[in-house]
Amino acid sequence: MIERYIEQVSTYASDIDGLITLIGVIVGFWFVLVEVVFFGLIVAFREKKGVKAQYITGEEKHQKRWIGIPHELVLLCDIVIIIAAVRVWVNVKQTQPPAQETVRIIAQQWAWSFVHPGPDGKLDTADDIKTVDELHVKVNTVYHFKLEARDVLHSFSVPVFRLKQDAIPGRVITGWFKAKRTGVHDIQCVEICGIGHGLMPARILIQTPEEYGTWQAAQAATASK
Amino acid sequence: MAQPAEEHGHSHEGHDHAHGDDHAHGDHGAGHGGHHEEGFVKKYLWSCDHKMIAKQYMFTGMFMGIIGGFFSYAFRMQMAYPGHNVPGFGVVSPNEYNALITNHGTIMIFWLAMPVLIAAFGNFLIPLMLGCDDMVFPRINRLSYQIFLLSALVLIASWFVPGGGFGGAWTAYPPLSAKAQYNLTPLGSTLWVIAVALEFVAFLLGGINFVTTAMNSRAPGMKMFDIPMVVWMIVIASILFMGSVGPLVAGAVMLVFDQTVGTGFFDPVRGGDPILWQHLFWFFGHPEVYVVLLPAVGIVAEIITVFSRKKLFAYRTVLYTAFGTGILSFFVWAHHQFIAGIDPRMANVFTATTVLISIPIAEMMFVYVATLYGGSIRLTTPMLWALAFIAEFMIGGVTGIFLGASGSDIYFHDTYFVLAHFHYTFVPIAVIAVFAGFTYWFPKMFGKMMNETLGKIHFWGTILPFNGVFIPLFITGMGGDHRRIYNYQNFPELATQELANLRQFATVSLLILLAFQFVFFINLIISLLNGKAAGNNPWRANTLEWTTVSPPPHGNFAQLPTCYRGPYEYSVPGREEDFWPQDQAT
Repeated sequence: MIERYIEQVSTYASDIDGLITLIGVIVGFWFVLVEVVFFGLIVAFREKKGVKAQYITGEEKHQKRWIGIPHELVLLCDIVIIIAAVRVWVNVKQTQPPAQETVRIIAQQWAWSFVHPGPDGKLDTADDIKTVDELHVKVNTVYHFKLEARDVLHSFSVPVFRLKQDAIPGRVITGWFKAKRTGVHDIQCVEICGIGHGLMPARILIQTPEEYGTWQAAQAATASK
Repeated sequence: MAQPAEEHGHSHEGHDHAHGDDHAHGDHGAGHGGHHEEGFVKKYLWSCDHKMIAKQYMFTGMFMGIIGGFFSYAFRMQMAYPGHNVPGFGVVSPNEYNALITNHGTIMIFWLAMPVLIAAFGNFLIPLMLGCDDMVFPRINRLSYQIFLLSALVLIASWFVPGGGFGGAWTAYPPLSAKAQYNLTPLGSTLWVIAVALEFVAFLLGGINFVTTAMNSRAPGMKMFDIPMVVWMIVIASILFMGSVGPLVAGAVMLVFDQTVGTGFFDPVRGGDPILWQHLFWFFGHPEVYVVLLPAVGIVAEIITVFSRKKLFAYRTVLYTAFGTGILSFFVWAHHQFIAGIDPRMANVFTATTVLISIPIAEMMFVYVATLYGGSIRLTTPMLWALAFIAEFMIGGVTGIFLGASGSDIYFHDTYFVLAHFHYTFVPIAVIAVFAGFTYWFPKMFGKMMNETLGKIHFWGTILPFNGVFIPLFITGMGGDHRRIYNYQNFPELATQELANLRQFATVSLLILLAFQFVFFINLIISLLNGKAAGNNPWRANTLEWTTVSPPPHGNFAQLPTCYRGPYEYSVPGREEDFWPQDQAT
């Protein structure tokens, strides 16, 4: 359902969209069924002259069946949904494939700072490349991000990745993503963070290794000047 | 003339129970403005009569609801036409926008849903439906409303202090809510917390009354399973409220200390933890959803049985599902925090509990649908509202599954999909069920019938645009619109014409919805002045409130009734009448 409205650019975007579609089909079935029965009963049992309503307690076994059986089917559907949800969750949030690259993401009122490793491939060294509101990543590469907040809560969200993670002052939260296509997309802050909450857009630039290398070299050259 | 509580001998308070006096010494310390003028103040502002307190809560709640509605008008206009002058408000600045959404949410839950559904209907219905003369603790009841009124005044005051009203969202997550340097509303944020805490005190006092009255003051012969469903629901809701609010009151005190005296309960730099607040808030906040839902489904149960002339299908099952929902609701809170930085393994537990809560709620809906089977359905205005509750709440129910399932919540969290989902639960609760209950019990409250034609115009003029507001917002949420953003122009993927059209459609629908509310107020005034006399029992209903005159006098019943059977004995075979009031021996 979701891919109609927004592209899938990370490797796990299709898993999340698949889960949403699965839930949509299951709850959609129940929703339509119950509404059809509901409106059907209203039409069928409108007041008619001379016809008295029936006296049904709903306490007898053959009557309770009418809610008992749907009740058990709902339980069955719930179990399917729980299993599917946990599988996606474990894959996206609870486990992380080994990192090929690592970036640091720092949120503050009201800007995103990104720290990319320099040519030495390591973070927290002298050649780190720091940018504001612009994150550069290589396509088809597993990234770990280390997410921090300076002041209040923020939340790092890349809709095309289906990725979202709150940033909390005092903690470093690690997550991962792997982009599967090049392009330029929105980064949002999705946790209210004060009057500039709507002014915290950033962009993620997903580049081929060659483009990324060129950018990295140019940045390193500027820094050393 | 300061009048100590012990000397309250005037008029109706002759009905005070002895233990009412024991517990009422908290209410004479303040505010002896001018109640010696006799008459008006005593009758309308200083009353211990549960019916008057119910009306006080009802109209205060509706007044606050009008403010909350106006706020939604202002910020929805900004959403649809960013940067334009909003007629009647002016240009919405970012900090005004944040204050508007924060206070809209706060008002609609704490100052509309709670006072109207629990306090107003609870106060009005519990003694009347149980067949007693008043609440067990009438003066605690009065104190409850007075504190509630004070809380409303504190909230209103918070919008006019230097810096303006609090704008950190109704969830008030620290550190944003805890430090003025971050939220820029030093006074507004503190007053906001104090108002909410006072409101909790008011409802704790009310809840004590509801539970005690329901357990002790039932008419002779009224057994547990003879209690009307709406009374049960309000009692269960009060218990849920009392069980869940403690941690949040503690949290509110810590937050006020963080704001004003510089403690660091939620400040990571000094060993505090911002996530602690989220746990305290949602440990209350999720049961709170059911605190307002249960009275609403109780109201609906009364109405659909009367207007389909049917016994409620499986009374005990409904009751057990309510208990089940209530208990389970204490174990789901962290689904608000899947991506908040809690241990990811915890998400699996809370996904399971959250998705499983669909079982009692679905069962409750099945029961209501089953009740219609074999009925003789009359589509009066209250019945239309009650049926609309079922039809619309179902949308809110099924869309909740997407958010309770951790995997899909990663995408939907903090988008307009969430917003549309909970408006499909809260609007049926706080608007649709309130109108259902109000139009149904209006004849009892005021002794007059409401105008049916105007009632139906108001119904359709509310229900159709309501869907027009929130269906488009499900779609903008799927498209990535995130919440609490006053202007999407900075987000290229969201600044598309397609999404802008949907936002405008929602806003125009809201304008139509709000315009139709004038029909309700016109109907209210016309009916109060000119409505047909209602008589004791215009709907031919069974429950005890319909056996006394409309409106009921002080003390409610000329002679206290005896109860002989359950509340839903409609269309019993072998009887000529299709209803069988609870107080009739044969």
